[in-house]
Amino acid sequence: MGKLTIGTFSSLVGSMSLDFAVKLAEAAVKKGHNVDFWMSGNATMLAKKGQKAFKDYSFLSKTLQEMLATGNFNITACEACAEARGYHKEDCPEGFQRKSMDWYLASTFEADRVLHIGGD
Amino acid sequence: MATRKLAFVVRSLPYKTEASRLALTHAISSQTVEIYLNDGDLVEASISYVGDGVFNVMKNQQAGKHYGITTNEGHAKNTLLLDLKVLICKEDLDKFGLTEENLVMDADDLGGDMKANIVSYSEIQKEMETADHLLFC
Repeated sequence: MGKLTIGTFSSLVGSMSLDFAVKLAEAAVKKGHNVDFWMSGNATMLAKKGQKAFKDYSFLSKTLQEMLATGNFNITACEACAEARGYHKEDCPEGFQRKSMDWYLASTFEADRVLHIGGD
Repeated sequence: MATRKLAFVVRSLPYKTEASRLALTHAISSQTVEIYLNDGDLVEASISYVGDGVFNVMKNQQAGKHYGITTNEGHAKNTLLLDLKVLICKEDLDKFGLTEENLVMDADDLGGDMKANIVSYSEIQKEMETADHLLFC
C-alpha cells in the first residue's frame, strides 16, 4: 500500500475544494493507503471543533473522525495559520495535530504521490 | 540518504488570496525540514513564478503601508537568502510589460548571494519534469 500526502489551502465553506480533498483522502484510506492531510491558510477552518451539520453547508467532521479511527490517516493543521485565525490548541478536534510548515514538506519525502490544492 | 525535489509553481496574484504567500512560506520552510527526516535525507525546494504569479516579485510593494502586513516582496527576498532556485517566466513578464528592473532579482542588501533567474517557460517545464512533486499555488 502507498502513502498519499494531500495539502490544501482552500476554505471549508465557500469552496468545494476542501470537500474534494477529504473525499479523495477517504477513498485512499478505504483502499488501505496511508494519507497525510495538511491544512494551511483558510483550510485550517477544518481544524476547529464544534462544527454543526446543516444541509446547506459542508460538514466533514464525521468523515474525518472515521478516517482517524482507521489509524491510516493523519490530519495536521498549520499552527501559525490557525493561530492567526484565532483557532488555538484547545479548539482542535481530538486526533488533529498542529505543526509548522516544514512538517508538510517532510511528509512529502516518503509520499508516493503529493496532491497540493492551492487556495481559491 | 535521499533528496526529494519539490517544485512550487506560483501562478496566483499577490494579496488577492493567500495562496502565493503560502507558497513562499512553505518553500522557505524547506530549510528546517531536516528535523523531521533521517540523517542525510533532504527536501529541496524550488520556486517558479508563472502567469499572474510574476506580480509576486514586483519591487516596492506597499502591503505594510496599506494592509499592515508583510509584503510578498520581503518573502521573495527571503527565498534568495536561502539555497532555493528561483525562476521567473520570461514570456509572462513580456506579456505584462515587466522587466528585470521591476523585479526582486537579488537580496544583495541583506547579504544574500542567490539571484533570481528570468527564463523561458521551457526551462520552468524542465524544472517541473525533474521534480518529485509539484505544488501549484
